[in-house]
Amino acid sequence: MSDSAVIEESRKSERLPSGPPKRRSGRRNGGFWVPWAFLAPALVLFLMFKFIPMGEAVMTSFQNVRPFLGNQWVGLQNYNALVSSDDFQGAVWHTLLLGVGQTAGSLLLGFVLALLLEGQAKRLWFVRSAAFLPVVAPMAVIAEVWRIIYHPTGDGIANQVLSWIALEPSQWINSPDSSLVSVMLVGIWRGAPYDMIIIVAGLVSVDKSLYEASALDGAGPLRRILYVTLPALRPVIAILLTLAAIRGMRVFTEVFLLTNGGPNGSSEVVMTLIYKLGFERNQLGIAAAGSVLLFAATVALTLLIQLSRRRKA
Amino acid sequence: MSTSFDSALSLGTNSKPWIKAINYCLWALIIIVFAGPLIAIIVGAFSTNRDPSSLSLIPQQPSLENFSTALDRSVMLYLGNSLVVVGIGLLFQMLVSVFAAYALARKKFRGRGIAMLLVLATLMLPEEILAIPLSRVLSDVPFIGVNLINTLAGMIVPVIAWGFSILVMTEFMKEVPMELEEAAKIDGAGELRTFFSVILPTCTPALGVIGVFGFTMIWDQYLLPLIVASDSNMFTLPLALRSLRADPEVGLGVVLVGATLALLPSVIAFLCFQKSFMRGLASGAVKG
Repeated sequence: MSDSAVIEESRKSERLPSGPPKRRSGRRNGGFWVPWAFLAPALVLFLMFKFIPMGEAVMTSFQNVRPFLGNQWVGLQNYNALVSSDDFQGAVWHTLLLGVGQTAGSLLLGFVLALLLEGQAKRLWFVRSAAFLPVVAPMAVIAEVWRIIYHPTGDGIANQVLSWIALEPSQWINSPDSSLVSVMLVGIWRGAPYDMIIIVAGLVSVDKSLYEASALDGAGPLRRILYVTLPALRPVIAILLTLAAIRGMRVFTEVFLLTNGGPNGSSEVVMTLIYKLGFERNQLGIAAAGSVLLFAATVALTLLIQLSRRRKA
Repeated sequence: MSTSFDSALSLGTNSKPWIKAINYCLWALIIIVFAGPLIAIIVGAFSTNRDPSSLSLIPQQPSLENFSTALDRSVMLYLGNSLVVVGIGLLFQMLVSVFAAYALARKKFRGRGIAMLLVLATLMLPEEILAIPLSRVLSDVPFIGVNLINTLAGMIVPVIAWGFSILVMTEFMKEVPMELEEAAKIDGAGELRTFFSVILPTCTPALGVIGVFGFTMIWDQYLLPLIVASDSNMFTLPLALRSLRADPEVGLGVVLVGATLALLPSVIAFLCFQKSFMRGLASGAVKG
């Protein structure tokens, strides 16, 4: 609780004896229970479906889950088993690659799109809205259409595009060499329009007179972007990186639907591995340990980014 | 060359015809790359061709055959499930968010800081991280002990409280002048009355924002229905797409019908609210 709230509270109690009768004042400020009554539905649901499951995950991660026999306390055994497994190490590596690739790709493409589509004109608004559609489309739909685009024969759509620029057809999601990159491309395709909208909003704050000043000094478009636009966008880019990094750690649906971690585990990410451990291989303790590690990594990353931002500011 | 710039590339102000032509080509390319695949889904749902390479922006052999096959594969049931989940889920999500935001934005009370912290903390606990324990909690809900596995309620209840929408609403409600509320109280209106007839009506624009965000969020749900629905009768449309695709007897067309039905509601919701949606997105990010 904040200090100002304490002070406020003490002031109220001081005023009471000499002030109007307690009942009236209670009614005017609302009883102390009123805010809690308004908060109750949200807090109860959070307790039941967020905090209790998290507590349960922590508990389970230290136990060997045995149906009908009762759970057994095993200490850090689940964590050891998980961290030392090749599957998990591979999944962490793939998650990092995918996260970094998608984040960088979306940011770069989003920036280019934003530069091309900046402005107030109606048709720019139209193009931006059309380009934004992948962001609102359900992931399941996107995965299905990209499976079709990635059809591995020579007449698959993505392969036809390759043939226009004189490249050999690829197996895309069906080959261990290209599966992770194929998933990444889908992520960039879906992430870039989102980044574009945020960057377009950030571009509004760029001081336009600086463009003119730099043009008078003889700077071309590239220099204007490097020395005027990019520095002004720094806070926006920091936020986009944060959001993308945190989202990247828990990537699930697109990988599950496009490759399900395959072929041969070449695109397995942490969440698809946890899903398999928990729901297919029934190793609930190890899966819970994975969830706890993922949570810890998310919290650590968030705090790290917050700290570094505060230090700079 | 013009010396006034309203963008880094000064595209808008430049009037040289060849630059304009390049611009229009680029815009067309952007639309084809980003909206094209989604338009191709809808076009494909209406054509008879079942060849994966024939996905095209121009309709070929238009027909409704895919739709009649899709009806046999109970696509309407999946659509119905999705609509029930999003309808009930969104209604309660908005109500719960508005209630919580009212307390957080308009009241000074002991423990407000803690309540705010709890809401913020939930943002770090997305369903992906909680999938495994959540499935156990849903099979034996705390305090009540009901089993929500394989029920639509199991997909609805966990999405009702959503920290993001509570925070968006709280930010908005802070802007409403306090005098409005005080005037209502002096006129003798009670808490609920003040809330429903004074505060809520002033928040209609924000209701549009949390409504369209909530809709997209619930409609896009995948992992939660996946762990809840054990029986195909309970599948939502996004889940059903995968089983339709895996069914060797139905062609690509039926998957495309399902995808079209799953795609259109979110696209329509976005197009209706696009201004507030994109502004909400942008202001949240740029401010934060």
